[in-house]
Amino acid sequence: MMVAVASGKGGVGKTTVAVNLARTAAMPVQLLDCDVEEPNAHLFLPGTPAGEETVYVRVPVVDASRCDGCGECGRFCEYHAIVALGNTPLIFPEMCHGCGGCARVCPRQAIQETDRRIGIIRKTQAGDILLVQGCLDVGVAMAPPLIRAVKARITGDRPVVLDAPPGTACPVVATLRGADYAVLVTEPTPFGLHDLTLVMDTARELGVPFGVVVNRMGIGDDRVQAFCRPRGIPILLELPEDRRIADVCSTGGLLVEALPEYRERFQSLIIALRLASAH
Amino acid sequence: MSGRIAFTTSGNGLDAPLDSRFGRAPKFLVYDLDRETFEVLDNQPNLNAAQGAGIQSAELVARLGAKALVTGHCGPKAFRVLQRAGVRIFCTDAATVAEALQRYRAGVLTELQMADVDGHWQ
Repeated sequence: MMVAVASGKGGVGKTTVAVNLARTAAMPVQLLDCDVEEPNAHLFLPGTPAGEETVYVRVPVVDASRCDGCGECGRFCEYHAIVALGNTPLIFPEMCHGCGGCARVCPRQAIQETDRRIGIIRKTQAGDILLVQGCLDVGVAMAPPLIRAVKARITGDRPVVLDAPPGTACPVVATLRGADYAVLVTEPTPFGLHDLTLVMDTARELGVPFGVVVNRMGIGDDRVQAFCRPRGIPILLELPEDRRIADVCSTGGLLVEALPEYRERFQSLIIALRLASAH
Repeated sequence: MSGRIAFTTSGNGLDAPLDSRFGRAPKFLVYDLDRETFEVLDNQPNLNAAQGAGIQSAELVARLGAKALVTGHCGPKAFRVLQRAGVRIFCTDAATVAEALQRYRAGVLTELQMADVDGHWQ
């Protein structure tokens, strides 16, 4: 089973839920940190390094002696990473998503591809959890190819938890695509509910069923529950606003280890996820 | 003077403001110096592009057959495309398209030799 932990709004507790969920599973799991612009799951999961690799996208290089300036490459490229104006194309490697389409459509085989580094993948074994983290290079604005590379490391023999980036843009889509279920974390505030509805739309569009975790109960009102209940959207878990949770998180601890009463709550979250995925 | 000159604008006529942005300019006014006429083109798709607005706007201006562009600022990617397409770039703080056109005709605008603002990504 592949469960993605996502949220519209940032800072609502995605990573907190993801790392505690992974730890509570009490069996070998893969935790994929797909927030490649600011991966942070490792802060909660010290372990042994289990490998590091560099990730590249394939970007085009034009052989000017073969190019006749037909412009097919530029017409194909959705991202305008290759621009042909009747002469040898200009290439903007930083815009290229590495799809390889320009090389395929070139009728004169004038386009070769070369590697452009976008980041690294770092693996850590932390008890039963194999943490796989993408880390985008500074200055690179191309998260989805790295997220896809992280997801390509899924071994398929154990449950997977995906820690998604915040928001609803391309990196979130790249993370949610193909997940069996999405745990959408929010807080009980107008902002929290607003962004929750956005990420619900994203999950629906991708055909990923979802349920909601409301974090920091008590800081706002019951508008999230009032929204979800009549629509049949399951509330999977509620976590209170609790100073001790903040203390544990700020020192890189896990709630399910430091505060035993939360272990049961995460165990019921796992049961809820098993039931949801059985449908 | 002859040829077609592109201006960035938010309006529909010569009295409209000159928009200081190039890639995300709402519209382009293309003035034909031979016929003394102009047309206005919507740049809405590029205005809303997530990335690559400068590149796409530069392609559009080149395809419109403009020999020069008068705008507020021009970033590095748009500059490369315009330069390759042979479109000369002039930056000005003129308030309106008419004023920018008058300055262009008077020959008081300085041609941009390199991008005058940074790209958004690197």
